[in-house]
Amino acid sequence: MTSHPRSLFSKIWDAHFVCARPDGRDIIYMDRHMIHEVHAPRGFETLARDGRAVRRPDLSFAVQDHTVASRLDRTETTNPEGTPFIRAMRAGTVEHGIRLFDIDDPDQGIVHVIAPELGIVLPGATHAVPDSHASTVGGIGAISIGCGTTEMEHILATQTMAISRPKEMRIRLTGELAPHVTAKDVSLHIIGVLGVAGGRGFAIEYAGPVVEAMSIESRLTLCNLSIEGGARTSLVAPDARTIEWIRGRPWAPTGDAWDRAVAYWQGLPSDAGAVFDADLEIDCSALQPQVTWGTDPSQVMGIDDAVPRVEDLPEARRGGYEKALDYMGLRPGERLAGKPVDRVFIGSCTNGRLQDIQAAARVAQGRHVAPGVTALIVPGSTRVRRQAEEMGLAQILTDAGFIWGASGCSMCGGGNGDRGKPQERCVSTTNRNFEGRQGSGVRTHLVSPATAAASAIAGRIADVRDMQGTA
Amino acid sequence: MQKFTIHSGIAAPLLLDNVNTDQIAPSQHGRELKPDYARMLFRRQRFLDDGRENPDFVLNQDRFRHASILVAGANFGCGSSREAGVWTMTAFGIRCIIARSFSDIYRENCLQNGVLPLVLPEEAIAPFEARVLQADGQAPFSVDLEKQVLSGPHGPDIAFQIDPVFKFKLLRGLDDIGLTLSCDVQIREWEERTTRDLPFLQHLHDARLTG
Repeated sequence: MTSHPRSLFSKIWDAHFVCARPDGRDIIYMDRHMIHEVHAPRGFETLARDGRAVRRPDLSFAVQDHTVASRLDRTETTNPEGTPFIRAMRAGTVEHGIRLFDIDDPDQGIVHVIAPELGIVLPGATHAVPDSHASTVGGIGAISIGCGTTEMEHILATQTMAISRPKEMRIRLTGELAPHVTAKDVSLHIIGVLGVAGGRGFAIEYAGPVVEAMSIESRLTLCNLSIEGGARTSLVAPDARTIEWIRGRPWAPTGDAWDRAVAYWQGLPSDAGAVFDADLEIDCSALQPQVTWGTDPSQVMGIDDAVPRVEDLPEARRGGYEKALDYMGLRPGERLAGKPVDRVFIGSCTNGRLQDIQAAARVAQGRHVAPGVTALIVPGSTRVRRQAEEMGLAQILTDAGFIWGASGCSMCGGGNGDRGKPQERCVSTTNRNFEGRQGSGVRTHLVSPATAAASAIAGRIADVRDMQGTA
Repeated sequence: MQKFTIHSGIAAPLLLDNVNTDQIAPSQHGRELKPDYARMLFRRQRFLDDGRENPDFVLNQDRFRHASILVAGANFGCGSSREAGVWTMTAFGIRCIIARSFSDIYRENCLQNGVLPLVLPEEAIAPFEARVLQADGQAPFSVDLEKQVLSGPHGPDIAFQIDPVFKFKLLRGLDDIGLTLSCDVQIREWEERTTRDLPFLQHLHDARLTG
């Protein structure tokens, strides 16, 4: 019997296919469900109303991340908007027997950062979170899907999702990244190529030499932004680097179970000859550090470039152009490098891992944040925070004038009270530059951690490649 | 979820178009943890500022006080996706809404809560609405979902169409979770098979706690 060549995505999907539901949707088993305090309380309430139990509390995990304050001395009341959510989450997880990473837990962090960091989500697993950036965890070779509140309730009650099988896209990233060009720059560039809806209906596999050369943390960053291109899930094939990265993590399998898992993971990469509904190749050799100029992540350019004129844009991308520039306080043809900056944020599920803090610290070492700039750096997890403090990175950053925070989503969505003021220009390592996301009227430019740190030091949007002595 | 098979009840006419969920379930009354959904239904129209009933509103008239079928115009349930727009209906006792059309989300929310959202064939709509007005709450209408027939006073039976999946869910009382749990045997089989073949997917623990 010859077996049909299959993709990484197909192998994992097929292994989790339970059956077709009477309405034709696939029932897909979710191995790991992680919920956060903004959506979980409503789910607990609905389950209670309908007299339903959580089917697999042992496969469910909960974390307080979206509304927790980032002050180092925070408590559950520091951000009063979050307090009722935090308390309802605590009560609900106790009632249902779900492991909660509470505000003061040494393993607390942004859900997408801790899911792989703790070895809870593994290669070859399926994973759902009621948050659109769930695709992050695809970086270790899992199918990781963002869901809505109603879908979250469905997963709590059934441990499955009823979902239509997406089409498959492969994006091969070729060439070699230049110094100071990071996974964040690659992912922004990809969205620039795809547009905000180019990935809609697709599961994306990132492949090719650039991906193979990336650290696991970079692969997580790469997969984080897929939803900004419209794709609900994205993933990278697990390789030897992935397996070494997972080994020894707290919830990862051990002993015989580990050996069996590794054997399974080694068979997951897409077979030669696997067919994709769309197959793209993007050469990354000439890529510069990227910066967004508009109000969606596809409105992005190299830091050496000028803000495009409307006629430079493809027909389909011209809608909202003037409104975006007006909001951002920019003119067509203007260069962004050199624009004064009010606020810098480094962190989030996109760029809140240790590697990101290290990149910022390398730029900040021996320098100081420019006068008038508020620069906040918030680790993506309490574990990252601890590591960065032990390694002296936090000291370097605070010596340089950065504010060092306690782990959470912080200024990414501003749900914890960290927001900018109207018209402030904010250089941010997050994933959304939507109008008002970081505070009413705040002008967000999405960049890599190195570019953000360089901009904080310069007080202007800066090209990290111009900074002397930055390795 | 309550099954919907055959239902007989008084039909109340609310023959307006574009009734939105802010009217059906006003949001400022939705922020309590356990709101009184029956009282929330059409609250702004049903109750006067001093809290007394508005005698002009159809559901406040004695003959419609126990109505369980609501007859409405086009684009019923538009606006916010809030599910309270249907919870208020079920709390009041409405089991079936017959409208000229529904907003997509509202129709889904009806199906999640055992309420039959019914759209009659084009040519049957105006005569049916006239029959509801003529019946004036004095005699019940009856909906047989299995046979897909609506019957009542002052005219012939009306055959209606419904998506087979909607019908499947309502007849069995399955919301979306219930629909999935109708495959519970398969889910259990998957869990057993995976426990055997790929145990790390079904079982995990914090190794720090066990050493």
